Amino acid sequence: MGASNESLLVINNISVVYSDVIQVIKGVSLKVPRGRIVSLLGSNGAGKTTTLKAVSGLLKPENGRVTDGEIVFDGEKIHNLSPEEITRLGIIQVLEGRQPFKYLTVEENLRVGTATRWMKPYRQDLDLVYHYFPSLVQRRKTLAGYLSGGETQMLVMGRALMAHPRLLLLDEPSLGLAPLVVREIFRIIKRINEEQKTTIVLVEQNANMALRIAHYGYVMENGRVVMEGDSGYLRGNPDVKEFYLGVSAGGASRSYREVKSYKRRKRWL
Amino acid sequence: MDFFIHLFINGLSVGLLYGVSALGFVMIFKSSSVLNFAHGQLLAIGAFAFLVLVSWLKLPVALAFLVTLCGSFALGFAVERVFLRPLIGESLIFVIMLTVGLASMLKGILLLFFGGNLQTYPDFLPGWLAVQAGSVYIPPVYVASSLLGIVFLVLFGLFFKYSPQGIFMRSVADNQTAALSLGVHVKKVFALSWAIAAMVASMSGVMLGIINGINVHEISSIGLKVFPVVILGGLDSIGGAIIGGMIIGLLETFTSGYISPSLRDVIPYIVLVAILLVKPYGLFGLVEIERV
Repeated sequence: MGASNESLLVINNISVVYSDVIQVIKGVSLKVPRGRIVSLLGSNGAGKTTTLKAVSGLLKPENGRVTDGEIVFDGEKIHNLSPEEITRLGIIQVLEGRQPFKYLTVEENLRVGTATRWMKPYRQDLDLVYHYFPSLVQRRKTLAGYLSGGETQMLVMGRALMAHPRLLLLDEPSLGLAPLVVREIFRIIKRINEEQKTTIVLVEQNANMALRIAHYGYVMENGRVVMEGDSGYLRGNPDVKEFYLGVSAGGASRSYREVKSYKRRKRWL
Repeated sequence: MDFFIHLFINGLSVGLLYGVSALGFVMIFKSSSVLNFAHGQLLAIGAFAFLVLVSWLKLPVALAFLVTLCGSFALGFAVERVFLRPLIGESLIFVIMLTVGLASMLKGILLLFFGGNLQTYPDFLPGWLAVQAGSVYIPPVYVASSLLGIVFLVLFGLFFKYSPQGIFMRSVADNQTAALSLGVHVKKVFALSWAIAAMVASMSGVMLGIINGINVHEISSIGLKVFPVVILGGLDSIGGAIIGGMIIGLLETFTSGYISPSLRDVIPYIVLVAILLVKPYGLFGLVEIERV
């Protein structure tokens, strides 16, 4: 890697500060190669969502700011652009916690996805979304507020697809969904990546599922990247196994003698 | 009985105008959470612009009406661009105070140019618009304003339901962050809602001016009447604004017809208080969609 024509997105040593005082991200760097799925793991408050928002420009409405470093998308510096400009470059973020437009129907929700190119026809895109998410078809006239959790997640992802994203930022698509639904959603994410050649950044708590479909992964703690590597490497790493995959080294249940392992986590900080 | 029908129809058509102008108010509130205290002044500007075009410049009525609508659309756009946009991101109370200031400024300008006297439009509505059913006679003004009100409502319904911009506006009202994440131009949506609100307000201003005559104080105070209308209907309900408008319109005409014209402006507020006691979110306030 390294050459910018291989990486679609390069985040170079950025710091993010909210309300001019609260530093959430301290010197995060990461690279997202074209056409790949990169996953961003870490516990609550590690700075994953903030990193995504720094890319999509959605920090500004929350009074956050990139104070240091730069974000380069396809050779262009984007960390000072507004969300309107960033989305028009093809970066679309799917927000955490499934935020549909509750009082719009499913199809109207999808039409909002065409905002970046609203004069153009969108029939084909609707068909594409219904192709990936067939369960939305019969719900197209339903108000989005009445969908189930899984359907809502499909809707917000479909809505993002309508925008023809070149880089799709997915923030915890598995949040609060049943295991079977999660598996279905991840299968679709992988298909979108393979068939549409969409580059994807996947923020997840569910490290197990995320590393199964991602090519590369970063682990964040307290606003820093503490570990990175190919998915295979991360899945084999004893720390990741213990803290994120919930398997202790030998596969046996943890004994109190190993409580010291907490120190291992500390070493990252 | 004739008197009742007469009052009923007057009330409905005036109420429809209240409802339509409240609709603009609700639109601004829904998209940007701003309560626009200058709404009555927008009505007044429309009414006076029409007066200038018709009585002073002697333009044909239809053309004058069209120019008034387009002009106020542009005015709404400009007001948002010049006064409101710099305050995006500031605390809402600043923005609301700004609209209060805007209200007195616009009123002052109108008083400066037109004075506080009652003025009237030349009588231009054709007589054939009047409806004579049995012994009930409905003057052309009421017929025209009802028709216009309904036409505007239908146009707005279609605009919000089917047009891309209408859907974007609803998406911003629904979830602003999500709309932003999909690239909806939220600032353009704010500007558009001000423009449409100003346009609708000036339409109502002209019609109410034909009915009651135009006077800066009178028409501006209709802006305050928007409050009982929208609170009655539910602050964030477009349909509620229309129904609320009709109820207030009916209450007003019945009060002045059966009780006393001087109570006309009081009764709506009394009803408002009573309704707020029973239904604090208004008759059609948004019921949160909450799945259990």
